[in-house]
Amino acid sequence: MVKRIVTGAHYGLRDWLAQRITAVVMAIYILLLAVVLLVSAPHDHVAWKALFSEQWMRIASFLFFVSLCWHAWIGMRNILMDYVHATGTRLTLQVLVILSLLFYAVWSVDILWS
Amino acid sequence: MRFSIYRYDPDKDDKPYMQDYDIELEPSDRMLLDALIRIKSIDDSLSLRRSCREGVCGSDAMNINGRNGLACITPVAGLKEPVELRPLPGLPVIRDLIVDMTQFFKQYHSIKPYLINNDPPPETERLQSPEEKAELDGAYECILCACCTTACPSFWWNPDKFVGPAGLLQAYRFLADSRDQASAERLDNLEDPYRLFRCHSIMNCVDACPKGLNPTSAIGKIKDMMVKRTV
Repeated sequence: MVKRIVTGAHYGLRDWLAQRITAVVMAIYILLLAVVLLVSAPHDHVAWKALFSEQWMRIASFLFFVSLCWHAWIGMRNILMDYVHATGTRLTLQVLVILSLLFYAVWSVDILWS
Repeated sequence: MRFSIYRYDPDKDDKPYMQDYDIELEPSDRMLLDALIRIKSIDDSLSLRRSCREGVCGSDAMNINGRNGLACITPVAGLKEPVELRPLPGLPVIRDLIVDMTQFFKQYHSIKPYLINNDPPPETERLQSPEEKAELDGAYECILCACCTTACPSFWWNPDKFVGPAGLLQAYRFLADSRDQASAERLDNLEDPYRLFRCHSIMNCVDACPKGLNPTSAIGKIKDMMVKRTV
């Protein structure tokens, strides 16, 4: 095969933008959570459970987890692109990152709606 | 004044080493380049590039006490001793302080650093208003010394794929030029996870630039242009 470096994948902006938008979503959720915790001040397990059984809280938390996973995927892929130069190894590691993030996303749904 | 200088001659040395020099400077030796030329008068085997000796040609870029800069405009007075001089990091060393800049210029050429305008050449110059010219300020002054690009970790890890701050600053210089007609192609050429988006805005380039330019801001403006045409 020709050993030529070819660049020009014509993508990248969407991921860069998504990284910023997901960061904003997470920042808003953290502020919201801080306010909710300050106001309702749940002291025991029952109060925590009651707080997270509210539908809006579940949806907000789910949005946070989705943003976190998406943000983590872009960040992890950036790290792998920077440091792992063997294409096969990079692809394998990227697949592992995707699979573990998907696992965490499903797990968070399971926790929130259990 | 004490100096510790990176020495490597691939014909003679197995590996690079640091050589110490202790020299008396004359009152006229004000800049680091003057000191280096004095060292060279004692030891003519020391190799370095220099030309204009006033910060215009960009030949004598090197790593000075851990920071990239031009020897000719770095005053010796403020330097911590021993002054540690190394070649620019991240590029192959040809000899002593001389590096092989092929990769750097390859990336520079990849952004088509010339005006693209398909209109028939006018009788006189293609004029710009003062406002249009102001858009180019901070972008056209680059002397391609490679201080910024070789201070950038993203370029160290992917020199074959990442354009680097110097190349991207030049890319913006033509994107911002009112006389250029190839903005869309230029943005297409840069919309790539490696070519542009290896930049993580750590601003080493801004810290290193001996001309006080801001490649990070130019890269931000390129991303802005991409967002505007997409969203």
